[in-house]
Amino acid sequence: MYAPSFAAPTTVAEAVQLLANASGVARVLAGGTDLLVQLRSGILKPDLIVDTKRIPELRTITTEGGGYRIGASVSGAEAGEHATLSRDWPGIVEAVELIGSTQIQGRASFVGNLCNASPAADSVPALVAAGATVVIAGPNGEREVPVEEVPTGPGSTSLAKGEMVVAVKLPPKPARTGDAYLRFIPRTEMDIAVVGAGVCVTLDEGGTCTAAKVSLGAVAPTVLVVPDAAAALIGNKLDDAALAALDAAARAACKPIDDKRGTIEYRTKVAGVLARRAAATAFKRAGA
Amino acid sequence: MAKHHISTTINGEPVEFLCNTEQTMLDVLRDELHLTGTKEGCATGDCGACSITVDGRLVCSCLMLGVEAEGHAIQTIEGMADGDQLHPLQQKFLEYAALQCGICTPGFLVASRALLERNPNPTEEEARYWLAGNLCRCTGYDKIIRAVLDTAADMRGAS
Repeated sequence: MYAPSFAAPTTVAEAVQLLANASGVARVLAGGTDLLVQLRSGILKPDLIVDTKRIPELRTITTEGGGYRIGASVSGAEAGEHATLSRDWPGIVEAVELIGSTQIQGRASFVGNLCNASPAADSVPALVAAGATVVIAGPNGEREVPVEEVPTGPGSTSLAKGEMVVAVKLPPKPARTGDAYLRFIPRTEMDIAVVGAGVCVTLDEGGTCTAAKVSLGAVAPTVLVVPDAAAALIGNKLDDAALAALDAAARAACKPIDDKRGTIEYRTKVAGVLARRAAATAFKRAGA
Repeated sequence: MAKHHISTTINGEPVEFLCNTEQTMLDVLRDELHLTGTKEGCATGDCGACSITVDGRLVCSCLMLGVEAEGHAIQTIEGMADGDQLHPLQQKFLEYAALQCGICTPGFLVASRALLERNPNPTEEEARYWLAGNLCRCTGYDKIIRAVLDTAADMRGAS
């Protein structure tokens, strides 16, 4: 009979050791909203489940050098209730709050969303656009990488055996910076993104964009960074020409699949539209 | 592998149970503790029939392992009425006939109570979004939403 082991360590070092020494498949349990579905359906039969919610530093949001460090087991609901996170990074908080229901929000985490490595993960384009990084702990110590380097394809990540993400880090937010994330689904709640678009912009005092990052979800095997879309905004104000160039660059970057949620043509078109709308909100939040 | 010995609090009472790693909290409630008020609908976190609160936080018990309950305070539908005295939400669900087959009802009640504890005066839109993860195939939701909003009004008037 299938009988996985279970551990709930209280330190990162202990968790890493458990993961590194595991024989067979080991999985980290944060919110469990993906893991338990996979477990129940038999898609995944881990030999070891490591619950990381008893590690205090993974359960908190702290401010660090003007930025934020969000522990890997912090739930979406906790992120939404934080005193200043949604004021500083509204796009990121809105993105994580789009995931599932109130019940899912009570458990699901940014890092779980990232490490589940779905191309349609809602919080990931928002984190990528904001320039977020993750801190990865492993047998050889800690390393920090951009969020976009974690997923490598549907369901797979760049984490090595024994490694786990312990936190998301948001950089100090420059003045006149705004972020936004939008997704399209055929209803208003409880669905998986057909397309998602995250945009973060920094403006000068005259409202001209000086820095931008654009990220698209659900239009490729991994969440995309689209430098050409960012380039369409940099040096420009929020005008029709810049938005048209952004739209074209977003569409050009799409490599989507055809499935029940949307055709290739439809997803490509929607990616351009969402990129425009997210950019408009990001500019507004940056003070344009 | 030996079963896990878990000490927790359920509806205010200290409870101990044994479970295997792969048993969900829903499995434990229904099969080990015989608290069958919490229902299994989809078992994938989509329907909300298995809603419980853990330290006051609304979750799907089908997406939580029983072993995770160690040291936490769980509330289920069985803890909602005070003896024979129904919770105002339960009373109002009866008055409004906010149920037909009843499978979704414990989940709606637990979720609605969690809403009113946080927000005693929700708008209809807020109530509908909060309850978007609770599915009902009978009522069309309207009676449920009206029952929740009317309970909120009564409870505000009473306090």
